[in-house]
Amino acid sequence: MASTAEMTKEENHWGGASRPLGARYGKLMMWFFLLSDALTFSGFLTAYGLMRFKYEKTWPIAENVFTHFPGIEGDQPLLYVALMTFILIMSSVTMVLAVNAGEKMKRGAVTNWMLLTIIGGLIFVGSQAWEWYHFISGDSGAIETDHAEILHVYSEEGERLSFSQLVHGMENGHASNHGETFTKEEVLSALKANTTYYLQEPGKAGKKFDHVASVNFLEEGDIVQGANMTHNEYGRKQFANFFFFITGFHGFHVFSGVVINFVIFYNILLGTYERRGHYRMVEKVGLYWHFVDLVWVFVFTFFYLV
Amino acid sequence: MAEHNGTWWIWKVFWILLIVTTVEVALGIIKPEFMLTQVAGTSILNYVFIILTVFKAAYIVQVFMHVKFENKAMKYSLYLPTLILIPYLTFILLSEGSYLFQ
Repeated sequence: MASTAEMTKEENHWGGASRPLGARYGKLMMWFFLLSDALTFSGFLTAYGLMRFKYEKTWPIAENVFTHFPGIEGDQPLLYVALMTFILIMSSVTMVLAVNAGEKMKRGAVTNWMLLTIIGGLIFVGSQAWEWYHFISGDSGAIETDHAEILHVYSEEGERLSFSQLVHGMENGHASNHGETFTKEEVLSALKANTTYYLQEPGKAGKKFDHVASVNFLEEGDIVQGANMTHNEYGRKQFANFFFFITGFHGFHVFSGVVINFVIFYNILLGTYERRGHYRMVEKVGLYWHFVDLVWVFVFTFFYLV
Repeated sequence: MAEHNGTWWIWKVFWILLIVTTVEVALGIIKPEFMLTQVAGTSILNYVFIILTVFKAAYIVQVFMHVKFENKAMKYSLYLPTLILIPYLTFILLSEGSYLFQ
């Protein structure tokens, strides 16, 4: 009897009836995609780490770059990105709740949780757009030497000055330029007039230059306001490149996730899965959505915290 | 997933993720002096961040993506490639990368 049982098992195995991974085709394919995507993201993040170690002394400190919070003046390091993280975690939770409700065939609950997931995703993408806007339009402004090194203006007390404070004076200027653009001549004459001000490299161990050297740097160099792929006021151009690339690639994932979630949501409304007798599609798209959250956990740490 | 009753286990993970993130943000803002000691190339604070991140990631993968409830073969086919290739890539880039621009 034992051999017969063995035989049947063997036959089933070769006949394709057994499922060694215990998962259905669609779910497996989603997992294989996520696995390759995880390797792609780890490639980006390790490349970022490589550049960062290379330029460790002058690499911009993320907290001094991302300091805005909607509706609040002044420095709010990490707060905004913490809020974005919270939103993404929250929308991940609503997604698990949707999958959970789907397994119990509760159509109403799946509909509501999916809708909340989509809303969470949209808020996240919107927040990212807001952050990109502030990153691109710039904050304090900087001087770029003819060797493409970025230098920031500091007062005698060692306080970082914006172009607004430099040109309009400490009383009338703002800690942020608020979209005001300055010319090289304005900045140069203001720097010449304030002989105690000096320039310093960004980062935790940036070099300081005396006033004479500082004026010289500006005369031969130029000013930078805001950020793009070739120049940015925060420091090394690789910093902005990696910021655009990594958060952009992640944001694109969130955006596609929202689109896919919407397609699934629409099908739930049409009753497609009710007729099919199961909500496995919600589970598959849920895996993708959690993966987007998972990647953000790493981006948050390696881009903003470390 | 039939192992679960109700939704308390989802909310449990939610609170874990929320609390760990709050701790990370608080540490990032305060930057306690004693944690800035350099050990093997970076500060203790950064090691704490990385450990907390892996901790959060484990919860997301195990519970939210319910890998915890998959069979053994499935677990291995997901964990082995990631846990071998990603640390390897990190190691190679960070150690061999010191030759860059030399």
